[in-house]
Amino acid sequence: MSVDTVDTPAPRPRGPGARRARGGSSWTAFAMRRFAGLVGTVVTAVVVTFLIVPLIPGDPAVSAAGPDATVRQIEAARAELGLDRPVFERFADYVGGLLQGDLGHSFSLNAPVADIVASRLPFTAGLSFLALLVVLVVAVPLGMAVSALTRGGRRGKLDAAFNYTTAFVAAIPPYVMATLLVLLFAVTLQLLPPAYTRSQPGVSMLLPALALSIPSICLISRVVRRETAVVLEQDYLRTARGWRLGTLRTATRYALPNVLTSTLTLSGIILVGMLGGAISVETVFSWPGLGLGVVNAVATKDYPLVQGIVLVLAVVSALMTMAVDILLGIVDPRVRGDHDG
Amino acid sequence: MADQAAVRPGRLRWNPPLVVGTVLLALTGVTVVIASLTLRGTAEGLSADTAQPVSAAHWLGTDDFGRDLLARALVGAQASLVMALAATAISMIAGVLIGTAIWTAPRRLREVALRIVEITVSYPELLIAVVIAAILGAGRWQLVVAVALANIPATARLTANLSGAIHQRDFVTTARLTGVPRRALISRHLLPNMAEPLLIQLAASFSTGLVAMSALSFVGLGVQTPDYDLGRLLADGLPSIYSRPLEVVGPTLLILLLSIGAMLVGDGLAAAADPRLARRPAGRAAVTTRPRSAEPVPESQQSEQQSESSAPVVVRDLVVRRADGTSLVHGLSFEINRGEILGVVGESGSGKSLTALSMARLLPDGLTAEASALRTGETDLLGRPSRRELADAVAMIYQDPGTTFNPALRLGAQLTEVLRVHRGKSTVEARTIITDLLAGVHITDPERLMRSRPYELSGGMRQRAMIAAALAAEPALLIADEPTTALDVTVAAGILRELARIRDETDTATLFISHDLGVVEELCDRVLVMKDGVIVEELSREALRAGDVSSPYTRMLLESVPRLSGHGAVRR
Amino acid sequence: MSGPAEGLAVDGLTVRFGRGVGATVALDNVSVTVPAGHTVGLVGESGSGKSTLAKAILGIVPIAAGRVRLDGTEVSGLGHRQRHAFLRRVQMIPQDPYSSLNPRRTVGQTLAEALDPVRARVRSHRAEIEAALAEVALPGEAIDRYPHEFSGGQRQRIAIARALITRPEVVIADEITSALDVSVQAEVLRLLGRLRHELNLTMLFISHNLAVVEQVSDEVVVLYHGEVVESGAVGDVFTRPASDYTRTLLAAVPGQR
Repeated sequence: MSVDTVDTPAPRPRGPGARRARGGSSWTAFAMRRFAGLVGTVVTAVVVTFLIVPLIPGDPAVSAAGPDATVRQIEAARAELGLDRPVFERFADYVGGLLQGDLGHSFSLNAPVADIVASRLPFTAGLSFLALLVVLVVAVPLGMAVSALTRGGRRGKLDAAFNYTTAFVAAIPPYVMATLLVLLFAVTLQLLPPAYTRSQPGVSMLLPALALSIPSICLISRVVRRETAVVLEQDYLRTARGWRLGTLRTATRYALPNVLTSTLTLSGIILVGMLGGAISVETVFSWPGLGLGVVNAVATKDYPLVQGIVLVLAVVSALMTMAVDILLGIVDPRVRGDHDG
Repeated sequence: MADQAAVRPGRLRWNPPLVVGTVLLALTGVTVVIASLTLRGTAEGLSADTAQPVSAAHWLGTDDFGRDLLARALVGAQASLVMALAATAISMIAGVLIGTAIWTAPRRLREVALRIVEITVSYPELLIAVVIAAILGAGRWQLVVAVALANIPATARLTANLSGAIHQRDFVTTARLTGVPRRALISRHLLPNMAEPLLIQLAASFSTGLVAMSALSFVGLGVQTPDYDLGRLLADGLPSIYSRPLEVVGPTLLILLLSIGAMLVGDGLAAAADPRLARRPAGRAAVTTRPRSAEPVPESQQSEQQSESSAPVVVRDLVVRRADGTSLVHGLSFEINRGEILGVVGESGSGKSLTALSMARLLPDGLTAEASALRTGETDLLGRPSRRELADAVAMIYQDPGTTFNPALRLGAQLTEVLRVHRGKSTVEARTIITDLLAGVHITDPERLMRSRPYELSGGMRQRAMIAAALAAEPALLIADEPTTALDVTVAAGILRELARIRDETDTATLFISHDLGVVEELCDRVLVMKDGVIVEELSREALRAGDVSSPYTRMLLESVPRLSGHGAVRR
Repeated sequence: MSGPAEGLAVDGLTVRFGRGVGATVALDNVSVTVPAGHTVGLVGESGSGKSTLAKAILGIVPIAAGRVRLDGTEVSGLGHRQRHAFLRRVQMIPQDPYSSLNPRRTVGQTLAEALDPVRARVRSHRAEIEAALAEVALPGEAIDRYPHEFSGGQRQRIAIARALITRPEVVIADEITSALDVSVQAEVLRLLGRLRHELNLTMLFISHNLAVVEQVSDEVVVLYHGEVVESGAVGDVFTRPASDYTRTLLAAVPGQR
């Protein structure tokens, strides 16, 4: 490779903990950059969801109309998908519709996609939010406590127990966890409903929320534990210990903020992954959220509905990523500033 | 001095999770493969034994068509296993290619590509897989493609991050400058140095791939009946979970075995590759000790020092040991007087920093200090002094690589900490005191410094702030551990002047640790030369300046120090 | 080695980082000449631009203005192929002995790559590699060993061997002793002093340590905030410094008088 293409100052490391953007130092500049990131993510999602139909191998109208469709039905589907018009025109229409809040028309349910999404979104949002809350409340203190207790190879048994238990539980896929929870709480103990019941949405939310959060708790508490161990080794912690501030003060003022920085970065990814887990968990519990909605839409080849739901889920995950980043900016000013750490 | 900090390449450190995971995966894999070769008939052939309970012939019973459930689970697992392996192979190869290509691409292209990878990583993998499944339709190969594509961004990002880090290392620059072709650069320098993280990623993408595939089949978007894999079998069993819960047991168990196995292997590999874990037992004491009996100080010396000393700092027979009993510091004894700076010089591994940390009771985990006396002022450091007593007794100044202050807090909050916690001062009082102290160490704008974050300041400013924080406690003993090593000469000279001034203006006893004889000679009143955990020689400043030393090691050190001929030649 | 006393010449070199308003000048109109067979020491504190100068000579950072010449040939105007030839005539020894050698390649492989970047076969260059190792006082068996089996000082010697094995016309040594213990530093400096005379090296020796520079250099250039504040023969500059900054630097060196 030719040497003159080599980067100007040394290339900056990227990855967890190294998301230190350049340029601008104020809050506004930081918010602008984050917003630009959000726009990029949303634009990508719009393009990708639009491409679902043109990318379908063969004739999308034929597959949308189903195997036993008549020629007329196929033509109807073709018109519905707008396949009789050039791609660019369709894209312009798609974007134009999105700007007006029009996500298209579902042909399996014969209703506007926007309405379907609007009725399903609260279920997914509620479920994810509850799961998220459970995860954060349990995982962060758990990880920090275990890390502090096992520092420097102390309490080997606790260390091993934590390691194996979390590895074991984290390896359980959410839908298997869901099945196990149903077996235990619904089939054996008969304490909780095995599926969504309209009369008691609150109670029927418990099992799906647990199925989503338990594996994430394990993953994130492992992350927290590892990051805490790293922070405990840092020079500034030695400084704080040298000032004899006491365990609690050292932990909350010197360890916690720095643990959160790296933890949040990694957890953002895990939390977004939880949204993916909702797809399968909702199926187990017949939970009427977007996850089950997209599965049904794909199964019935209701492409407009697939596009709509995928777009909304993508935007939600982008918003979650942004929320994590902004939180990071609050916790650690280096993330938003242009100072080198 | 062997290099202990670096990871030894090429040798896998087996650990329990790795062993358990490998065994689990191997056993399950072999069983599944054998089963798929021998049991396909039982798994797929219809028989009259419909809906049988558990029996010797059918360990998990049979389904409504009389097919053996265990056989079906095992054969289904084989399908899942093969598909997961295929998807993992595709995603790893593509991801690694993309990730390394990004770093050998021109800068503009690289920035754009990295941004795109970041964006794709921010979508849930399963969502991407669902989109691809929507495009391609259901079926085996479609499933493999969907999951493989969904897994590529994560691997690509990891590889790009790793390549970025390795690109910064000098050997890559040198190789590039020598004219090593791009492909050789990747195969010789990049890939071998990211083998471990990629191996961990391999285990992770196998396990996420397996789970994602089963999930897609489970929700009905993957493998379609009559074809089956673990997810399909689980979904088939779910509707009858009340009447025949056994039907979900087989597939559940196999999914668990495989993904837990992969998870443990990944975990074990991570543990084996983590230099932090490898380093921890030895702690910061990256020292090789010569085998020498950990004898206490010779009798004569001991008795001579036995009498009560009036010195504010007394150290007798200090021994620092590792957890395994080997000692790193072998019985040091010294005293520091009021208003005296005692220098300790030595090269890396001499035990000088361990001595300092034992006196501050800040030894890293896994190391313990013993002594027959260890006293600072009124405080017996061997007993159980309270935090406050300790804060009064010892304060430390460290080398400043820019990491000695908490990056998350402003300096004012950190500098006033000691006064607020141990002296019961209010924030305002503490700030006033610290402001004065900062002005005392020649900080021109103390208010601004207090409002700053550590990384906004120069090394010299941070070090002055550290000195001010140390003085705030008015300690009996001030320990300075290589305080000027990371600083430029002109800045270092300023810090040395501050330390000298503190000695002259207060009564503080100072222990000054350095590898630099020049610095020690300039500042210290008395000097201990250390090597391999023992004091080789004790010298007065005058003796050191005159080169009047008796130990050959000290002489060698003195001769090694590069001196300015014009000035240094006329040592007095 | 090369006949004419031209050597390496840097003329009016300016390097900027960043663009527009935020741009900082890392090097401002810097001129340094390293005559063939001479060693020029480059002294400065952090941020003085001394490492940037090395990178600019090697083309790792883009040059805003000025010229780099080797034996009278200008480097910046060279095509791709000639540039590679130039880079083989100039070798750099980096500072950190732990980052300058690929931990996954044997010493032999690393040295073979310097000789033959494309094939990098140890077997076809064994004799040459062993000779290069002997030059830096390392045993021939080192050829099959990995970097982690060596101490910091030994690694630095391997890095020196790697640079010298191509018989470069110019060697750039960037802070090569600052990561080492004093006794090891002394050892490396002695080695460098010997090689300098044996091989008649042309060397740009970069260091923050004035005493080290004085020990190995014929001439010295003092850099401050990207500008040359003083240059001349070592004896002159160190005994009769002309600029205030050089005087401050000299006065700050501990352990004198």
